[in-house]
Amino acid sequence: MDLLNDLLQGLLLGGYYALLASGLSFLFGVMRVINLAHGSLAVLGAFIMMVIYTTLGISPLAGLALMLPVMALLGVVLQLLILEPSLKSGPLVPLLATFGLALFTDNVLFSVFGADTQGFAADIGDLSYNSWSIGPLYVSQLDTLIFATAVAVLGGLQVLLSKTQIGRMIRATAEDEDAARLSGVDTRTVRVCASALAMVMVGLAGAALGARGSFDPYAGGPQLIYAFEAVVIGGTGSLWGTLIGGVVLGIAQTLGGSIDTHLTEIAGHTVFLAVLIVRLGRGGGIGSYFRTLRMRFV
Amino acid sequence: MTETYTVQRWTRRSVTCTAVLGALFVLLLAAPALVSGNVVNHLTTLFVYVILAITWNALAGYGGLVSVGQQMFFGFGAYAVIRLSAAGMPVYAALALGGAASGLLAWGLSSFMLQLRGGEFSIGMWVLATLVQLLVSLDPIVQGATGTSLLALNGFDPGARRDDTYWLGLVMMAGVALALFLLLRSRLGAALQAIRDDEGAALSVGVRVAPAKRIMFLLAALGAGMAGSVWLASSISFQPNTYFGVQWTAYMIFMTLVGGIGTFEGPIIGAVLFFAIEAAFGDLGVWYLIGVGVAAMGFALLFPQGIWGWLDRRFALKLLPVGYVLRLQSGGPRGLGRGFARPQGAAKAPTPELPGEMRVSGQS
Repeated sequence: MDLLNDLLQGLLLGGYYALLASGLSFLFGVMRVINLAHGSLAVLGAFIMMVIYTTLGISPLAGLALMLPVMALLGVVLQLLILEPSLKSGPLVPLLATFGLALFTDNVLFSVFGADTQGFAADIGDLSYNSWSIGPLYVSQLDTLIFATAVAVLGGLQVLLSKTQIGRMIRATAEDEDAARLSGVDTRTVRVCASALAMVMVGLAGAALGARGSFDPYAGGPQLIYAFEAVVIGGTGSLWGTLIGGVVLGIAQTLGGSIDTHLTEIAGHTVFLAVLIVRLGRGGGIGSYFRTLRMRFV
Repeated sequence: MTETYTVQRWTRRSVTCTAVLGALFVLLLAAPALVSGNVVNHLTTLFVYVILAITWNALAGYGGLVSVGQQMFFGFGAYAVIRLSAAGMPVYAALALGGAASGLLAWGLSSFMLQLRGGEFSIGMWVLATLVQLLVSLDPIVQGATGTSLLALNGFDPGARRDDTYWLGLVMMAGVALALFLLLRSRLGAALQAIRDDEGAALSVGVRVAPAKRIMFLLAALGAGMAGSVWLASSISFQPNTYFGVQWTAYMIFMTLVGGIGTFEGPIIGAVLFFAIEAAFGDLGVWYLIGVGVAAMGFALLFPQGIWGWLDRRFALKLLPVGYVLRLQSGGPRGLGRGFARPQGAAKAPTPELPGEMRVSGQS
């Protein structure tokens, strides 16, 4: 029964990883840029949300509602100041620039908030510990909410990309920018919108991070790693692969942790490496995986 | 048309500069007898930075691989020294082998990591660095995050130890720089510079891209491992969190970008600059790191050729002969030979548009 419980908790943890990975994967799909500041920006979102709801004295949920537009705005700034210029100058520049951004964000947060770990647990009341009991199992309401959010984000993204005009424009821009421009798509604006959207997802992930545990200014690096692992593991080449990848990572970590707490992260990294090696061994290469992902995802 | 071309590698300036560097090396060898212990310690730190900058640039600048996980090799080199020393190896022999241990690790990883592209490689390396850090922390000798010390070094006189560490760092720095210099001058060097300029084009003209990248990957790991060993020899204590910290990679990126990525001289200048900036602003702590982040962003976006790349393009400086200079010797009337290589020598002649060392000069 312990095993069943571990699997359940891992599944729910996977929802968080999927939510975290969605923004990274989406931005890669549209712009072919892996944003090395992804984790740091999620942590930034959590800090922004905390500042908003504590200074205004409103509920964390209202704080989240105000934080998401701020993140969208940051997405616009990120696109115009960093991503758009770096796209033009070879494959190395986006990596170097976003790594610089991560370093900048982490240390600005540290200089403003210090090294203390923060969390929303005290402010979200019952939600942080309430759970439903199903027989001998306990299902955390918060984790379920986060899992549902991840499903909603991924589902919403699928609907957006396949059914709406902006979604079609995003897909067209990702597939062939020149052709999209010839057809009258303002690809620059489309990329700005995509970046804003990605940052809203990053903001949601930041809120989930703060609600389900603690964060500190230097928590960004690990979040980037988890997000990337979820994207790579979930290599079924579909939108929902991200969810599967997150769940596999979550279960691996939970099972590893149930053997020995030191093994939590080691198990996650090991599964990631194993998937990576198997996939590379099959010859497709992770690049072709990402290409198939982009075709289906975006 | 009786134009002929000679390929020139050494110019008068580069001969002078190489001689100056040789003299500087001899002077640095003698430095512990000439300057105070404090200066010796600072110079050792500088050597570590130069090793890190040169090798990261070898990987990113020439191999086109942006690794955010080089701290793995830095930390693993230091860890290997601890382990070898604990196993009874004389401590200086262990220090000399730290880099080799990291090279060995890289050799194992290269079989699959080098198939990754761009950002996938970057984060993949970071994941591996985290994994290696976690595994090293599990070793009872390291005692988790507490860390351990290279106790064997405590038996030596502090002054002698300081000087020995200095010489170790100096020799390793010179060795890494010389190795890269010779590599770049070899046949492989032409391949590497072609990969740097355009990987796809290099592949299409038959450059064997994969082995060239692998050698850069091994060299970068070897260098980072050596740097980790020297750092351990000078600080003695080993904490996994410090040695496997991603800030090492941040420093490497900063030094390489500011100095000039894909040039031989640039990272060395970047390292000296970083060393000076750290000496001046290191006390500011976090604000100094914010500055490093802003500078990395700024240089990547606005000034990607870096200081040396700019100087090189502006003044055609060539201090170290890692490239080719093509000289046109016209047998016909003067003036006919003006222009760029087209006839006989053209097959071997690099195109005039390439940045950096490969440059076709006009009639001499």
